Amino acid sequence: MTTIYKNVYVKETATIAGEYEANGPLKKYFDRTYTKDLYFGETSFEKAEIKLLRDVTALILRKSRLKEKEVDVIISGDLSNQIAASDYAMRDFDIPFLGIYNACATSSEGMIIAANFIEGKIYKKCLVTTSSHNTAAEKQYRNPTEYGTPKPDTATFTVTGGAAILLTNEKTNIKITSSTIGKVIDKNTMDVNHMGAVMAPAAADTIYRHLTDLKRAPDYYDLILTGDLGIYGKEILLDYMKTAYNLDISKQYNDCGTMIYDLKKQPVFAGGSGPACSALVNFAYIYQALKEKKFKRVLLVPTGALFSPTLFFQKESLPAIAHAISLEVVE
Amino acid sequence: MNNKEYQKLVKKHTPKPKVGKNAAIAFFIGGLLGSFSELLQELYGLWFHMPRKEAGVLVILTLILIASILTALGIFDVAVAKVKSALIIPITGFAHSITSAALEYKTEGFVLGIGANIFKLAGTVILYGVVAVYFFGLLRILIMGG
Repeated sequence: MTTIYKNVYVKETATIAGEYEANGPLKKYFDRTYTKDLYFGETSFEKAEIKLLRDVTALILRKSRLKEKEVDVIISGDLSNQIAASDYAMRDFDIPFLGIYNACATSSEGMIIAANFIEGKIYKKCLVTTSSHNTAAEKQYRNPTEYGTPKPDTATFTVTGGAAILLTNEKTNIKITSSTIGKVIDKNTMDVNHMGAVMAPAAADTIYRHLTDLKRAPDYYDLILTGDLGIYGKEILLDYMKTAYNLDISKQYNDCGTMIYDLKKQPVFAGGSGPACSALVNFAYIYQALKEKKFKRVLLVPTGALFSPTLFFQKESLPAIAHAISLEVVE
Repeated sequence: MNNKEYQKLVKKHTPKPKVGKNAAIAFFIGGLLGSFSELLQELYGLWFHMPRKEAGVLVILTLILIASILTALGIFDVAVAKVKSALIIPITGFAHSITSAALEYKTEGFVLGIGANIFKLAGTVILYGVVAVYFFGLLRILIMGG
């Protein structure tokens, strides 16, 4: 389902990144970096993730000079069980809260909900936040963080960071122009260390539907950006789009997971992943590039593997989702 | 595109694991660890005037201690990424799995954290190790008479 928006604008973004991300090529675009360790002065990794969300929410309020009461709703989600980081962080804000989950596609899910509220004239100012924390995610989804086990090249590295975006009906230079809600796609992939392969068909389906619904060629966009497919997922997506849909997007296409780290120097295997991966790249680097008019039309397609460790052990294959949302510079 | 065709496409773009190279590294470093243990066993026998069997137990304890300390210092997992299974298969890997779980769950307290989770990874080894020992012991009695 593709929707066109006429009155939704981006007012502000805020980003906080961890140590590995600060050592990557996008360092200068982040508002803040926490580089001492992964605890950020808290006593556990889970509490550190709550701090990330709390700090980034306070930061965006300050950057946009808004009081808590002036924000109509905050929509937030993350990777932790019960989306606990979001739930606990929002205790400290006097703002109505909606908790959401679409794994690493959470930021686009939040932006679409917010855009629909604003376009429907229900709300005027909606805040969308998301986070992920490398070691909190490792602990929940994989093994204890200090446990070393050889990983294949196709594995990805969960990004540590918090990111926020404020959508509003007030005119700014960057407009949200359309969105396409993704479907849950499962191509029977069984490899938890190859999330690029799990998510590529979901991204391809959403991109294809978005372009055909709006009768657009890929070159309408300066950039089509998936969330966290990684080096190999990127190749799979391009090949799959050509074979299944006869669409060549290679000239416009990139993936946030391959942009956030220096893949040659940092030990991150196929690239970054996690809700904060696409959110940090989009809200920091892409937002800045749009402000500077380096890009004029961008299609963001954060990708998420909707994977449950329990069901994986019960031999279920891995479902995935991707939502698309387009940002354009207002001339 | 059906699922089978898609999996073929995935395979085309997935790097093959370097099994030969990884196995060679694991064999060489694992072998070094074995030689070190053997040397330690001889030395313990010499220093403490111990029979070989008792010196062996002391060697195992030494390796467990070293692996646990290296895990706590955050060195062990980095080393495993470099030398693959050379450190995971021997007793060092077993100690590492227990220490890393203990470290991980200390934030949830001594009982529900460390107590409930310390054998999260090692539990499988302990359970099937005990079962296997029982059956092999039984076979030994039946075939060799003890």
